[in-house]
Amino acid sequence: MAIEARNITKRFGDYVALDDVTVTVPDGSLTALLGPSGSGKSTLLRVIAGLETPDSGTVLIEGDDVTTRPARTRGVGMVFQHYAAFKHMTVAKNVAFGLDVRKRPKAETKAKVAELLDLVGLAHLGERYPSQLSGGQRQRMALARALAVEPRVLLLDEPFGALDARVREELRRWLRRLHDDVHVTTIFVTHDQEEAMEISEQIVVVNEGRIEQSATPGEIYDHPATPFVMSFVGPVTRVEGEMVRPHDVQVLTEPGEASQQAVVTRIWWLGFEVRVELLPAEGELMVAQMSRAEADTLELTEGQIVHVRVDPTRARREPASA
Amino acid sequence: MSKYVLRFTALGYLAALLVVPVGMVFYRAFEKGFANAWEAVTTPPAQHAFYLTCVITLIAVPLNAIFGVVTAWVLARYDFRGKRVFDVLIDLPFAVSPVIVGLALILVWGRDGWFHMTNVIFSTPGMILATIFISLPFVVREVLPVLEEEGTDQEEAGSTLGARGWQVFWRITLPTIRWGLTYGIILATARSIGEFGAVAVVSGKISGRTETMTVFVEDRFQSLDLTGAYAAGVVLALLGITVLTLMTLLQRRHQRI
Repeated sequence: MAIEARNITKRFGDYVALDDVTVTVPDGSLTALLGPSGSGKSTLLRVIAGLETPDSGTVLIEGDDVTTRPARTRGVGMVFQHYAAFKHMTVAKNVAFGLDVRKRPKAETKAKVAELLDLVGLAHLGERYPSQLSGGQRQRMALARALAVEPRVLLLDEPFGALDARVREELRRWLRRLHDDVHVTTIFVTHDQEEAMEISEQIVVVNEGRIEQSATPGEIYDHPATPFVMSFVGPVTRVEGEMVRPHDVQVLTEPGEASQQAVVTRIWWLGFEVRVELLPAEGELMVAQMSRAEADTLELTEGQIVHVRVDPTRARREPASA
Repeated sequence: MSKYVLRFTALGYLAALLVVPVGMVFYRAFEKGFANAWEAVTTPPAQHAFYLTCVITLIAVPLNAIFGVVTAWVLARYDFRGKRVFDVLIDLPFAVSPVIVGLALILVWGRDGWFHMTNVIFSTPGMILATIFISLPFVVREVLPVLEEEGTDQEEAGSTLGARGWQVFWRITLPTIRWGLTYGIILATARSIGEFGAVAVVSGKISGRTETMTVFVEDRFQSLDLTGAYAAGVVLALLGITVLTLMTLLQRRHQRI
């Protein structure tokens, strides 16, 4: 295991940020720490980086106990949400920083910086200052800077959090490709489940200072371990008191096995996807999700009486503990 | 129309209260010719006063620069009991009259004081202490907001990249606060050069020994040597204008970057 955090507890005054948390990250993987804000995911990352000292527990990087070692000797590369660019240095100087403080030979540093700037697509911007770059470029610079010291692990704290939606999407695909090339063990913190699903091999869901579940994206989505995971990693609606995914709600024009009657109260046409709000004869409002083609076949209109049921062929997705 | 009235009022206010008195100092200094004025500011006591002002400033300002950065750092980066009180205390020199500061120093260091020592009061060390006290807040007040605004991200990034504490300070923190520090130093310098009240009280005003430029001006004025007083005043005013100009030029450069 490249990174192991064992039984980490961290308090800030009376507030328990991490409560006996254990996480293992396999060598060369890209792992997401996913959770709402205030869940403790950033604190966990900072404990691994050595920027916070845990009250108890141990941190191992490639088998070495680094719990009491300062950040600078842990061999971690860190990328921050707000870039943490060294504003008074050029892009090239930023990337060279880790090598400069290690007093590496000038020629070696120069070659390494050129190679990394090329890798992150900023080769032509080395002499610019961070203030002259866009947010996405700054974050790529920060990544090159972190990679320059050849870290054993790469830690990304909400790396795309400050970027707008389109750049976010572009950059996360780019990061995934980069990871496929560079293969450095990476942990990245996010509150965006889609982002976690899209690029990571392992997702660790964190909530209120505890680990809810740690598994592959598919496993997390299909077999959420707790109701929290179920509702956090995807949309949820309730059918007869049970939590299901809206795309597992079947809408039929004729009564079927185990179906119940409902009134279509609202329809949202969202392009490819159509969302339908339904009020069953008994029970609370539910939402069904379907493709445009399905909705067209059903010829749905608001106020129409339909029959709904949970897709009988769906994989079992009930929360294991519920 | 009203915009002209406003403009006229503001400029008139500035002219009447700032430009005219300073202009008068220049006029009076050179009224009896440049040679007279030059002679008045090159007498041995005048030269000594100029020298003493420089010595005091060159000691007080660097000390306040170092102390100011450390204090700003502590206030920005650590939470501790009594931090608010500490923060307010920094501004004490702005609030307390310099004359009181001088008297307080005499109470502490003087003949019946707690830390009585010869060669403090009525001597250069006392005047340096008074100047440090008076010019203490400037660097802290300029640097602290920069440190608070920048936060710890850059410093943390530096340490994960392998920089030691002092490397983080020299390579990241210091360049980040350089403009705030520069302004703080310039303001503290201007204040140190111009300080009169506290220094006058602790100096004993011994001509040729414990007179700074400002004390010298008063001494000449009291002795009815008006040319001397005004000429020395011109020297002080020129120093002040130089400092202001420097600051304006630096600010322009800062804004360009």
